[in-house]
Parts: sequence; C-alpha cells; structure tokens
Amino acid sequence: MKKFIAIILSLVIALTGIFLASKLLEPKYMSGILEGAMIQEYYDDPTDHNVVFIGDCELYENISPVYLWENYGINSYIRGSAQQLIWQSYYLAEETVKMEHPDVIVFNVLSMKYNEPQNEAYNRMTLDGMKWSSSKVNSINASMTDEENFIEYVFPILRYHSRWSDLSADDFKYMFHRDKVSFNGYYMRVDVKAAEDVPEGRPLADYQFGDNSYYYLDKLTKLCKDNDVKLVLVKAPTLYPYWYDEWDQQIKDYASANGLDYINFLELQDELGLDWSQDTYDGGLHLNLAGAEKLSDYVGNMLTTEYGIPDRRDESALNEYWDKVIERYNAEIDRQTTNLKLYGTVHGPEEQ
Amino acid sequence: MLFTSYGFIGFLLAVFVLYYLIPKKMQWPFLLIASYIFYFIADPRYLIFIAITTVTTFYGAKVISDKKVAFDGWFKEHKKEYEKEERKALKAKEHSVEKKIFLACLLFNLGILAVTKYTNFTIANINSLLAAFGRADGISFVDLIIPMGISFYTFQSMGYLIDVYNGKHEAQDNLFKFALFVSFFPQLVQGPISRYHDLSQTLYAEHSFNWKTVSFGLERILWGFFKKLVIADRILVAVQAIIADTDTYNGFYAFAGAMFYALELYADFTGGIDITIGVAETMGIKVTENFIRPYFSKNIKEYWNRWHITMGTWFTDYIFYPISASQFMMKLSKKSRARLGNNLGKRVPVYLSSFIVWFTTGIWHGASWNFIVWGLGNFVVIMISQELEPFYRWFHSKVHVQGTFGWRLFQVVRTVLIMSSLRMFDCYRDVPLTFKMFGSIFSQSSLSQLNAEAFIGMGLTGFDYLVVFIGMLILVTVSLIQRSGCVREKIYGLAAPVRFIIWYGLFMATLVFGAYGIGYSASQFIYNQF
Repeated sequence: MKKFIAIILSLVIALTGIFLASKLLEPKYMSGILEGAMIQEYYDDPTDHNVVFIGDCELYENISPVYLWENYGINSYIRGSAQQLIWQSYYLAEETVKMEHPDVIVFNVLSMKYNEPQNEAYNRMTLDGMKWSSSKVNSINASMTDEENFIEYVFPILRYHSRWSDLSADDFKYMFHRDKVSFNGYYMRVDVKAAEDVPEGRPLADYQFGDNSYYYLDKLTKLCKDNDVKLVLVKAPTLYPYWYDEWDQQIKDYASANGLDYINFLELQDELGLDWSQDTYDGGLHLNLAGAEKLSDYVGNMLTTEYGIPDRRDESALNEYWDKVIERYNAEIDRQTTNLKLYGTVHGPEEQ
Repeated sequence: MLFTSYGFIGFLLAVFVLYYLIPKKMQWPFLLIASYIFYFIADPRYLIFIAITTVTTFYGAKVISDKKVAFDGWFKEHKKEYEKEERKALKAKEHSVEKKIFLACLLFNLGILAVTKYTNFTIANINSLLAAFGRADGISFVDLIIPMGISFYTFQSMGYLIDVYNGKHEAQDNLFKFALFVSFFPQLVQGPISRYHDLSQTLYAEHSFNWKTVSFGLERILWGFFKKLVIADRILVAVQAIIADTDTYNGFYAFAGAMFYALELYADFTGGIDITIGVAETMGIKVTENFIRPYFSKNIKEYWNRWHITMGTWFTDYIFYPISASQFMMKLSKKSRARLGNNLGKRVPVYLSSFIVWFTTGIWHGASWNFIVWGLGNFVVIMISQELEPFYRWFHSKVHVQGTFGWRLFQVVRTVLIMSSLRMFDCYRDVPLTFKMFGSIFSQSSLSQLNAEAFIGMGLTGFDYLVVFIGMLILVTVSLIQRSGCVREKIYGLAAPVRFIIWYGLFMATLVFGAYGIGYSASQFIYNQF
C-alpha cells in the first residue's frame, strides 16, 4: 500500500511539474504579437452571436464588432488569426456552429490563394488557442507543415521547451490567465501610415485557386447550408496583398454557382469613404480604427438591411457584456492615442 | 527512424508493451519482426541487403560447422586406421573445403560492403588519377544505396562466420534466430558490434518483466537522450559554424572547434550506445559495453581499449591477429630479423599489421581520404608512443613524477588533445584543409580571438554554452563516480525521494534543455553514417 501511494504521489508530482513547465514555457502573446492570443478569447464570450466573421487579418484588423454593436445593435465576433488558412477557417466555423447558431458567417476569401500548409508559427497562433475537439484535431492534421508533429500540439512543451532562454516576467504573470487583447476579435490600431506607391500585383504563372482550397470552400458552403447559416464571402478593401481580377472572377463564379453572396469591398471604396492617407496604419495592408469603423458602418448597414440581423441593444445581458468591452475599447483608444502623442508610436515604452 | 524521433519513441513503446504481453516463447520471433519493421521503415530496399548477408552467412557458417562436427565425429572413430601423415592430409583436405566456403562467404559479404560503400570513392580516385595524366573524361559516378548500418551488421555477421570457422562455437541452427542476431534493431544502426557468443546468451532467452531491470534500462535510455540532446546536438551548432567558415574560424577557433567536436562526438556516440544498451536492457537483453570513460585514458593505446571497444576488439581479433600470425608475416619476420637485426626486425611485421589495421579502421569509418589519414594518424601516434618507451623509462628514472596526480592529469589532457587533433579529420572537407586548420592553431591563434562575441556568432547564446558546460560537468561527475561502480546501482541504493529527484531532474533537464524539435535540425547520430 505504501509503495502504491508512493508511485501515485510520484506520478502526480511528475505530471504537475511537466504541466507547470509547459504552462510557463508556452508563448503568452500578451505583448508584441497579440494575434496569438485571440482565438482562445472567443470561449470567454458567453453570448450567442448573430454574426461570426471568420478569416485572417483582413477581417480582424478591418471590422470592429464594438462599432457594430454600438451603432446597429449587432452581436458579433471575429474568429480571426494571422494568415488563417481556409481549412483552419472551416474548422473554426465547424466548431462555431457546434457551439452556437449564428445567422451569418462572413468569410474573407484572401486565404483561397493558399493551397498548402504554410508556416508553423502562424499555424500555432490559430491552433493553440482552440479548445480540444474533433475540429481542432482535424485542423491540426490539415495544417501541419513537414517539420511539425501532432504530438507537439498535444504536449506543447515539446514545441516550446526551447523558450527557456527567452522567458520574461510575462511568462510567469500569465501562466494561468490571459488579459484580453482583442475586442470581440478585433485588433485595434489608431495610428496612421498613409498608403503610398502601393505596388501592382506581379503576374502569376497560374491564377487558378488550388483543389484543396476549393475542397474546404465547398465544405464551408455545405456546413453553412446544413446548419441553416447564411454564408457571405467578402474580400476586404485593403490594397495589399494584391487581389487579382482572375481570383475575383473565380470567387464570383463560385458564389454564383452556389447561391452565395460575395462582396468585394475593393470595388466599394468610394461608398465606404475610405481615405488611404488616413485610414490605414501600415500603408494599405490593414485599416486603422478610423478605416475599420468606416467599413464596419457599411457592413452593419448591410447586415441589418439585407440579412435582417436584429438590433439587440434592448437585451440587458448583452448590454452588460458589451459595456465591459466598450470600456476596454475606449481605454485602448486612449492608451494608444496618448502613446502616439508622447512617443510617436501606439506602443508604450514598456512594449518596445 | 532516428533514435531521437517521436516515431522511434512510439515504436519502442509499442515493442516494449507487446514484448511483455505476448507468450515468452514468442519474444525473440517478435523482436525479429520488430527489427525488420524498423529496417523496413528506414527504407524497404535495405531489407534485401540485410537478408542476403543473413542468409549467406547463416548457410555458409552452418555448412562449415556441420562439416566440422561430422568430420570430427568421423575422425574420432577412424583416426586409428590412418598413419600420422594420412591423418594430416585428411585434416588438410577437410580444412581446405571449409576454407573455400568460408572465403567465398566472407568475400561475398565484404564485397557487398565494399561495392555499396566504396565504389564512388574508388571512381573519384581513379578520376583524379586520370585527370593527373591529362584525361578529363572520367568515369561516371554510380547511384548506389548504402543500407543503414551495413558496416555494423556486416562486421557482426563476419565476426560470427570467422568464429564458427575457427571452431570457437558451433553455428546457429535456426535461420530466424540468426536473422535476429544480425538485425536486432537497437544496435542495428550504430552498434555495438556484438559477438554471437555474448549476445546470444540473452537474446533468445525468455524474459519476465522485472521492475529493476526495466527501470535500469529506462534510466540508461534517459541518460543517453540527455547526452545526445542536451550536450551533443547543442554544441553541434558551434562545431558546424566553425567548420563552415574556415576563413573566420581559424587559429584558436579551430582548436575550440576540435575540443567542441570531441565533446559532441563523445556525447553523441556514447549517448546513442546508452540508448541501445538501455533499450535492450528493458527487454532483459544484455548488449556489450562499448565505452569505459575513454577520455580518462592516459595514452592512445589505452584510449582505444576504452573507446568503441567492440570495433577495436573486432579489428584486433579478426584482422590484426590473423595477419600477424599469417605465413607471410612469419616469413617477413624471419627476413627482417636477418637483415635488420632482432630488435628492429621483429617490429616490421607488427608495424605492418598495425598499419593494415589502422588503414582498415580508417576506411571502415567512411569512404574518404580524411578517414584513411585519420586512421593512419592513429597508427603513427601509437608507433611513436611505442618507440618513445625507452625515453619515458629514462625520463621517469630521472624525474619522479610517475603516479602523481599532476602527471596522470597531464597524461589524460595529452591524450584528449592528441585524439581531438586527429578527430579534426572528421570535421573538415578534405585532408589539406584539415592540415591547414591544424597548422593555424599554432600560426594564427591570437588573444583577440578570445572574445565572447565571436563564440555567440557561432549560433549559440551564452545560455546555450552554459547548458553545455553544466552538461559536461554532469558527464565528468558521473564518469568519476562510475570508477567505483555502476552509478545506477549507487542511485538505486539511495532513498526513494532522492532517486526520484535525480531521475525526474534528468528527465526535465532533457525535456526542457534538449536541442530537439522545430528550430533544431533533427541531427543524425554521427556513427549512423558509418
């Protein structure tokens, strides 16, 4: 009996040690690259969303759910992550419809250009934050590059062990909890860097989207149809990466063949009122807050009038939730604006 | 499947669990299947080569052994019917048949090794010769596969064949048992080169689960992983940087590179052998030790008795002794004594035999002049050391330092320096460059090279060097403790919480500080390539 207890105790201590080491060593994404912390924030939002945006930075940096709530009463969330590949978007959508029933899923089509797994670091930023489910397992299997191993997702210490020499105070502080870095999935920037001399796209040898991309777009379309969710395809209005006419035509054809709506915001820039000298923080790759609120205004109007998304500002539980998000949102605007004035950058001295 | 890959760990786990779940009499056939699966995963084509060596050696040895037994039995019964001279003739006739079978089998299998491993090396040398005579149109290289571990399993099989031929033991009757001896997966890729009479003691036996044996095996595996991942694969980055940029990293850096490589090679090779022995141990199988703290050796001869022991003894038993005792050498000995006098003449056959052994040792390590010169370098150092014996005796009669700690330390450091210098041939692209870099240690070293920034520029951080340094301290400490007995036995005698702290600490150190996974290139064990 004594030996049995000793074995159990040893196992408990050993596993606890591995767990703690793993928690300490995994990246926290609380400063610098915040995008890695965004996927898991979704699970902290207890509300049911009418609209869920799924895709890459062309969504999470360009649309503000806070604006949609404040001005249209739309309860929405962006399940966005950096260089989110279409199969990752599909499995996020699959997980989403298992957890709730949105009226609309908005998918940004830029990721159609990637037919193969791309980059381990970006994979991690999307996949690590997901809760374990068949969707996560399938997403990992679909996303892994040759250098990756599934077991490293199961036991993150096998991947992140080498961070021992980069540990900072943040790693200890955020071992068991994270601060919120997004505003219902929105990544905010208030600074301005005008878009000048945006390069034209270089001619490509082949403009055809790959079979794998279409395979997952088909799955996404079917998923939404089977679950009675309206799927809306969009292309964000940002100028770079370049969106080719040939790509655009393929999406138009696909949307037409599958009875989907496709909105290319690049063609609606005048209606959006975008001013590329003021509405971008990185020369046209992403919108800043001013640009994102302009796009959100258009999207909010569209969702309300064309998709009948209800105004839910009369729901007290939602109000309670959104008040906290808005409070953080305004505080972040103040913080970034102050930093901009004091240091010429939105990042305070502690982030540099 | 690298020993340090997740695939291997998963494979090992599956083999281990099944090994103790299946009926005991099925254990060795199961290991054979597992070994062939292991080899199949590496490359299915390899199986053809190992199967050919297995079958030819098995039947060759069996025919020899059966003939020996049959003849001995017949001879015992009938020897009285023959005169002394007739008996001699009968024996010689019988021996001649055995010899033919033996040589056919030996040459066939060594031929496979030679063709797969040395064809392109030979072509390259022929082309160099042709070019020297103004012929630019050389022979084209051939695309040959080199089966994983071919040097090891061929030598192991040939050792078995020679032992059977010499009547050291009878041949194995069961082809599949012999196949397991040749292909036993833990030692297939980098040895040790086991002897049949050693390995067969436990390889085919039925093994019950024994907690102490299994835990000792696991501890040995963990120690091997620590050496390989924490020390060898981390310092490897600096070694590669130094080798890659000889314009920058010459002089003192070349010396540092040689020392780093000595550490890397030791941690890599002994780590791999620890894993091999540990894996076998978890299944109750005893594999021969291959190292006895070689860097504590006081001279090169002793070093070679403690480094890669199974290879050294193989060359001694199967090449050095047979050559030394050959008729040719006997005649040479006679002639050289007659011409050069007894003192000098008796050395000629010994030195010639040693020369052949070291040449073979060199080329066994790889098809390149670097390895040949490295082997011959060892020969030269050992010969010089032997020739200096009288001087040493004179020196010690005058200076009474022998036996003191300082002198022993000097001897150990000297051996490490000499061996590390010779190992530079492993590192650099060709022989002239190796000599150049070795020379630069004396001609281009300067104090300005002793700066931390340069070492950080080799791709390692200060923390990395600290980890390597602490790892090295642990290695040295363990080696010192080992001198008075098995470290695992000593730890086993400690209180349970202390044991737990030691092994769990080693596990966590390997897990966290190991150079594995993304960001580190999966490094093959150095001896896998031989």
